[in-house]
Amino acid sequence: MIITNAKYFKSYGLDTNDIVNATINGVPMSVPMDTANSHYAEILKQVADGDITIAEAD
Amino acid sequence: MGDSLMAKVKITGHASGTGVITVTAPNTSTDRTLTLPDSTGTILDNTSTLDATKLSGNLPAISAASLTNVPLRPNASPLIINGAMQVAQRGTSHSHANSNTNAFTVDRLNINTGSIGEYTSTQESLTSGAAFEAGFKNAARIDCTTADASPASGDYFYAEYKIEAQDCSSFKKGTSAAETMTVAFWVKSNKTGTGQLNVRDTDNNRMCSGTYVISVANTWEHKVINIAADTTGAIADDNGIGYLFEFWLGSGTAYSSGTAPTAWETRVGSDRNGNGTLNINDNTANDWAITGLQVEVGTYTAATLPPFQHRSYGEELALCQRYWSQSATLSGLTGAFVFTAFNTNEAWGGNHFPVTMRATPTVTIYNNGGTSGGCHKLGSPDVTGVSAGTISTTGVAQITKSSGFTADDLYACTYTASAEL
Repeated sequence: MIITNAKYFKSYGLDTNDIVNATINGVPMSVPMDTANSHYAEILKQVADGDITIAEAD
Repeated sequence: MGDSLMAKVKITGHASGTGVITVTAPNTSTDRTLTLPDSTGTILDNTSTLDATKLSGNLPAISAASLTNVPLRPNASPLIINGAMQVAQRGTSHSHANSNTNAFTVDRLNINTGSIGEYTSTQESLTSGAAFEAGFKNAARIDCTTADASPASGDYFYAEYKIEAQDCSSFKKGTSAAETMTVAFWVKSNKTGTGQLNVRDTDNNRMCSGTYVISVANTWEHKVINIAADTTGAIADDNGIGYLFEFWLGSGTAYSSGTAPTAWETRVGSDRNGNGTLNINDNTANDWAITGLQVEVGTYTAATLPPFQHRSYGEELALCQRYWSQSATLSGLTGAFVFTAFNTNEAWGGNHFPVTMRATPTVTIYNNGGTSGGCHKLGSPDVTGVSAGTISTTGVAQITKSSGFTADDLYACTYTASAEL
């Protein structure tokens, strides 16, 4: 899974980030920070492996 | 007067009757005594009616194993979703690049390729053959489009089905009462050979395998594989992966130098395709297709296997939508979500998925032209640089853009939502 342009996003009314917006295999996706979400699990793995970093939210 | 010995006693008919009633002794060396009832009446014959008052008492114990011609149905409902390969929400064809994991054509059955050729997967309509005759109108089919006859050691190629963990409890895995499992399916390939099926428990990193032989090329064959019970390693009661089924189609030696385990073991990479010889990757003439996938609690043969339970298409679609849903089409705004801009960077709407999803899904939104990462401003051109926010298992409430929305204007987008395991 090729993940690029990963960036945190905080939905309205929340105190913490809840989404990682990223381009996955060439498609822009909004990935909720739910550990049961397979895309988020892969993002965490690639971060842990040092393959990607996630930019801070605006 | 002493006993009289005779083989038969003949009694002439009563009153005006002329027939002779013959009582014949059996050919036996053991004494038998028949006692006539001490009352007036007629002994039952094949036209008599039994008096219900004479049927009191307990029936003898009956073993289910002794019953024949009784349909067996051990599971309350089928464990496999879309086993008849009816539902293909993403479309009926998908191209699989050289390395493409978790890619779907028919719902719930994904293909994993790791540097081992390229493929097209399709939902194939069946109009003849044994699987069709058995009631299946669709199959999941994989065709090799770019061959790799000499895969590197770590290359892999398999189809995969995952059952959600909290749906696996009937197998009682990890307890002393653990149940065996039977996996059955129809399969067809242009190649003959041995295919390997692995059942994996990812919670405990364990696996057990079975093999099947494709005996006749280009012919649907029904396969039934028994999997041992596993008293080690309980599966969690959650929405993660429970059992994972791997149908290996080709690999390098890192996955094929071992032996398929018929007892549960800690997963060994080299065993995962240890007995597989199909190598669908080795020629562009190759194909492999499957339908009628069913998983039962218990051990069955082809003769005793419970019949495949066909659900209605609507039921099957709704079950699939727990893992994936999308607008009717991704371009043209058919089935679009609609949002009203609150300010220049937020638009809000109460947009719901068809069913509650397994986990908070990954959402991609599309504009009127079907391009991802955008939406359509009604009455105006498409808008780019848009993403989804405030996502839950039930819907999407917000789309967002760094700037450029016009307050109170309407914006629409189609979507895909993925909560696949």
